[in-house]
Order: sequence, then structure tokens, then C-alpha cells
Amino acid sequence: MLGTINRSFILPVKGEKQMPKADSEYLWNELQPGCVITEPGTSRVYYTGDWRAFYPVLQKERCIQCGICWIFCPDMAYQKDEKGYFIADLNYCKGCGICARECPADAIHMEKEKEI
Amino acid sequence: MGKYLGMEVSFAAAEAVKLCNVDVVAAYPITPQTHIVERLSQFVADGELDAEFVPVESEHSALSLCVGSQAAGARSFTCTSSQGLALMSEIVYIVPALRLPIVMILANRSLSGPLSIWNDHSDVMSVRDCGWIQLFVENGQEVFDHVIIAYKIAENHNVLLPVMINMDGFILSHMFEPIKLMEQEDVDAYLPPYQPKFVLHPDKPVTMGAYAMPALFTEAKKAQEEALLASYPHILQAWKSWEKVSGRSYHPVETFCSEDAETLFITMGSLGETAGEAVRVLRGQGKKVGLLKLRLWRPFPFHDFYKAIGNAQRLIVLDRAVSYGGPGGPVAGEIRSALYNMENRPQVINFVAGLGGREVSVESFLEMFISSIEGKASGYQLFGVRG
Ligand code: SF4
Ligand code: SF4
Repeated sequence: MLGTINRSFILPVKGEKQMPKADSEYLWNELQPGCVITEPGTSRVYYTGDWRAFYPVLQKERCIQCGICWIFCPDMAYQKDEKGYFIADLNYCKGCGICARECPADAIHMEKEKEI
Repeated sequence: MGKYLGMEVSFAAAEAVKLCNVDVVAAYPITPQTHIVERLSQFVADGELDAEFVPVESEHSALSLCVGSQAAGARSFTCTSSQGLALMSEIVYIVPALRLPIVMILANRSLSGPLSIWNDHSDVMSVRDCGWIQLFVENGQEVFDHVIIAYKIAENHNVLLPVMINMDGFILSHMFEPIKLMEQEDVDAYLPPYQPKFVLHPDKPVTMGAYAMPALFTEAKKAQEEALLASYPHILQAWKSWEKVSGRSYHPVETFCSEDAETLFITMGSLGETAGEAVRVLRGQGKKVGLLKLRLWRPFPFHDFYKAIGNAQRLIVLDRAVSYGGPGGPVAGEIRSALYNMENRPQVINFVAGLGGREVSVESFLEMFISSIEGKASGYQLFGVRG
């Protein structure tokens, strides 16, 4: 079932792993009229991971590889690794906890991020 | 060059929208705007206007639909009044932020309550800070002209902002006046087809309406305000080139007998004609009275305003809305702010008049003048209120 849906377009492309410019670096006159974003797919280079207070931890021995976490993650942070496990990309995971709540095998739990 | 025809002003507005060859009209009927959109729906049904007419289920949807169609590259029009504006207000603020050049006529009507269908400016003043270019017109010809001028201003790539044309409900919308219509080819020469700067199209995807984090929001708002301020010379330019086409000229602040005036009335919208009559009467009595009519409300034409008040000692400012518990009517409040840094600033006397359709006659203006010069009028009062 999962193989029929191609979500690869949302996954980070190798070598493109940095944000082009932080929000706080833009001057007002550098914005496009109406704040239009002229390139598609820029959410790929917009890391939302630092919004997170909790992060998901996967216990592989419990995982049945059903992909429910992948389906439910609102940030599309999950990608499948070569062994069939779904791994959350912490560059994007906002820590909502939905994957942990929905996992039918209780394979995911949330842990608090360390205070910086 | 066009000919004069006697017609209801609402129909003249619809004729102008038709001449602009809009692609989409989305509207919900509300008194006193109804005849404009009824007429447009008739044009579309009769095949006289090749547009999509969408009879939406609410004003919120009317403007939302226009946002979508304008973003997709279609010249879009909507029209409302009073409660309709209140219902669409959520979207009203979004349009200029998205820099979508939608044109809307607001047939001004009081906001409830008490329930009233009649004319004042409480509807537009409720969205004073919405970021649209806001114009006031005085008669049917100005309504007709400004629909076409509004698209010219809005779609200019140096502007790209929505334009709201305020016309007094009933007093203008339901009045029959001689209107000089334009030939299609003259309008086409003045207003070229809409060229969007950005367009929602799968061939070249863009994102409109993205989220702004606190780190970016202030810059987005600064950019929006700068855009509105920067529209000013292009508004003047649109009027100037309209004068070449039509012979009719318009200015941010229209003046009448103002040059040597000691006392100036300040009005917006159709009351300008009545006030003008009162000025004629008072001039006949040798009184140094003049009139300023604010046509451009946003961006506020400070420079034109300072120039127009000259050496007047007294400004009688007419407001058509109450700012409950505030510093007077919304127009007078702004004018007082504008004057604050002036040495020898004139006295400001503020009358809130013509609420919910209450008549303001030539005699009313004479009364305001007399009570002002006799020192009986205060900084702020409701004109003609009983008790
Ligand atoms: S939802 Fe749970 S069991 Fe299913 S793939 Fe994700 S982690 Fe594994
Ligand atoms: S915590 Fe939320 S955002 Fe993070 S991976 Fe799970 S579902 Fe996605």
C-alpha cells in the first residue's frame, strides 16, 4: 500500500540541508510583494525542528512497520529506511506527539528535549 | 467620446464594471448595493459581459472567491454594504496583505444597531485600517469614472493593492443622474488587460498567504505600509491620464472657494455637493468660507491637505460615524492628528451628522457655520440630536 504513494518529493535532497536564510535576516524590502514565495517546495529547506519541546523515540523491537506514524505525521517528517522502519527526520519534526499517540504497537514514546 | 444618458447611479457603476471587462463578479445582495450586482448578473446572463458571475452564499465568500480568482489571474469585482462588509471583514484585511488588486464598491450604509438600511459611513470606518486604497466619490459620474480608474491604479505593478470605492447608499446608489458613458475602445486604451505579477498556476507554482513567524511579521507589515504609501503618485497618475481620456480631473483633496477662506468645511462623499451649495450661499453673504472634499482617504493625502487648508483659522469637519468614547468622529480625529505639529493650527470643530440616513441639508451647513463662528459649537457634537 505504502509503495503506491510517492512522497519522495518532500524529502530533503542530499546536499540541500541548510536553510537559505533565517527569517530574522530578511529586511522588509527584500520580501516579494504580498510575501509571495516564488519557488515551490521551500518547506523542504525550512527546518521546523527547533520548535520542538519533545522528540519521538522509536523502539524498533516493537515496531510492526505498519506506517501509521508516516501517515499521521502532520509535518511529513517520517521516511522509510532501507530496512522498512519509519524514522522521523528531526529537522522537521515539531514534536506534536501524534505518531506516538497513533502507533498501534506502542513503539514510539516522546522524550523531552534537553534544555539549552 | 461617449454620450450623456440618464440612469440610476447603480446602473452606471455596473456599466463601468462591464466596460472594464472583468472576468469574475462574486457578490451577495444587500441593500443598497443590490442594483449594481443585479445589473451585472443581467449583463452576464444576456451575454453582454463575458464573466463568471458567482451568486455566493455570503459576503465572506464573495471576497474569498475574489481572492482566489484574482490570485489565478482574473480581474475580479465585488460590491457590498454595511453588514455585508462586516461579514467579509476577515478577508478584507487579507487582500492588501496578499497584494491582490481587487476592486470593490462599498455602497455606504450604517452598521446595525439599531437596524438601519440607510446611509452613513460607519461601515467603511469600521475597516479604516484595512490597508486598501480608499476613495470617496460625490456623484454618479464620479462613481462611473472611479470604477475604471480604480482598476488602473490597483493593477499597476508599482501598486498591486485593492481599491475600495465609497459611494453613499441611496443618496448615490438609487439616484438618477445624467452620466457620460465611455466608448469601449477608450476604456480599453486606458485600461490594458490585467497582467498579474504572480499567478497561481501549476506550470510555475508559487505560494500565496504563507505563515509569517514573529521574526518576519513586522517586516511584512512594513512592506505593506510602504506599498500603500508608494501608491500615491500612481493614483495621481491614473487620474491624470483619465483626464486626458475623459476631460474630467480628480485630486486627492478637492477644493471649492478655499483660497482665501477663513473657515473651511471638510466633507467626504456626497455631502460635498450639499456643502458646496451652502458655501455658495455664505459667499453670497460675503463670508469667507470654503470647502475641502477628501477624495483620497487612504493613503491619507497629508501634503495636499496642508496645502489646501492654507491660512484657514477654523475647520468644520463632518463625520458620518461615531467613534464611541473616542476623541470625536474618525475623520476629525485624523485631522486633529495631522494638524498637531503645525504652528498656528486652525481650530477644529467636529459635527457628526447624517447618521443612519438623517438628512443633512444646505440649511444644516449654514447652522453649523453660525454655531461655529458664534462659539456655540464645541470640539465634537452630534448635529441635530434632540434633547
Ligand atoms: S506506527 Fe508504530 S508500528 Fe507502525 S510503523 Fe510507525 S512506529 Fe512502527
Ligand atoms: S512528533 Fe509529530 S511532528 Fe514529530 S514525527 Fe511524530 S507526528 Fe511527526
